[in-house]
Amino acid sequence: MRPTALNEAVDSVPPAQGWRSVAADWSSDQEVFKKVHWGKAMMWIFLLSDTFVFTSFLTSYMTVRMSTTAPWPNPSEVFALSVGGHTLPLLLIAIMTFVLISSSGTMAMAVNFGYRRERRKTALLMFATAALGATFVGMQAFEWTKLIVEEGVRPWGNPMGAPQFGSCFFMITGFHGLHVSAGVIYLLVIASKVARGRYEKKGNYEVVEIAGLYWHFVDLVWVFIFALFYLW
Amino acid sequence: MAADTDNVADRVARPAAQPVHRPASPHEAAPATAPAPPAHGQQHPIGLYLKVWGYLFVLSTLSYLVDYFQLEGPLRYTLILAFMVLKAGLIVAIFMHMAWERLSLVYAILVPPLCLGTLVLLMAIESDYTFWTRIIFLGKGP
Repeated sequence: MRPTALNEAVDSVPPAQGWRSVAADWSSDQEVFKKVHWGKAMMWIFLLSDTFVFTSFLTSYMTVRMSTTAPWPNPSEVFALSVGGHTLPLLLIAIMTFVLISSSGTMAMAVNFGYRRERRKTALLMFATAALGATFVGMQAFEWTKLIVEEGVRPWGNPMGAPQFGSCFFMITGFHGLHVSAGVIYLLVIASKVARGRYEKKGNYEVVEIAGLYWHFVDLVWVFIFALFYLW
Repeated sequence: MAADTDNVADRVARPAAQPVHRPASPHEAAPATAPAPPAHGQQHPIGLYLKVWGYLFVLSTLSYLVDYFQLEGPLRYTLILAFMVLKAGLIVAIFMHMAWERLSLVYAILVPPLCLGTLVLLMAIESDYTFWTRIIFLGKGP
């Protein structure tokens, strides 16, 4: 085939060598996610991998719960709180759910104000989100303490029934609580940068949306834990 | 998901398509009185987020009431799963802006989790087998 001008131009560029050639060949000047900030695409891919992690936990929980012959402890009674003589089922868990949903709401508005370049409101809403997240972790610590000290739940057994209850509970809520704690630190770092005007020069508040994606994901996971572990 | 054809996508796409203000050089300092560069990124009215927040509160309350009134059997599981899916959909679509992303990103993120359904199905079959094996051979059953 007769070489065209374009072919000659392309061939005249020396091909990359070594590891650079791997990246160059695979990317080949291609961009899959058009007009999407690279950090946002990467955060989405990280969240996809995290989805697999949490689904593995929830699936193993399903497996042990379905296969055990011992009765499963009733979460409605285990997590009940008595307020003024009345025993309310799952009260603390319901409050924790509302706290986390509210933090998602403030975060969504922080992202919105970021794109409107309203620095103060963005930072304030992000700090509010972090405060609600810290409240959630605090309530979870209270819940764990109550379960360990008063109910005697251990990862290897409990007085209420199937011993798998404890290991599932500590593993799933522990991993989720770890995500919330990491998210609080992440939000505080980004929020203080926003407050100091770090992103003001570029006028690019994409970082806030990326942090928001992580935070909404933490809320999303809780939706599944609440339904499948506490309510089921 | 026909995000490219519905009205919401049109409303959002127009502001996003506006040229982004970029200073010609870092030395080109904007005068203090100049208007701020046009906002960019995703623009939605704050009311949308407040509305979704409200929906999430209502859905959470409803799923709490399922437990409060001690509903049992298929009704309980159907309601729990329905509220769960609705809440997850609202968070992903609106809060995480998935409804306005390009389809290539949407599919790259939302299609892979579908294979998790296979894992759940396989493990459900497996745990059923384990359960009956325990009942028959360990004699711990009812």
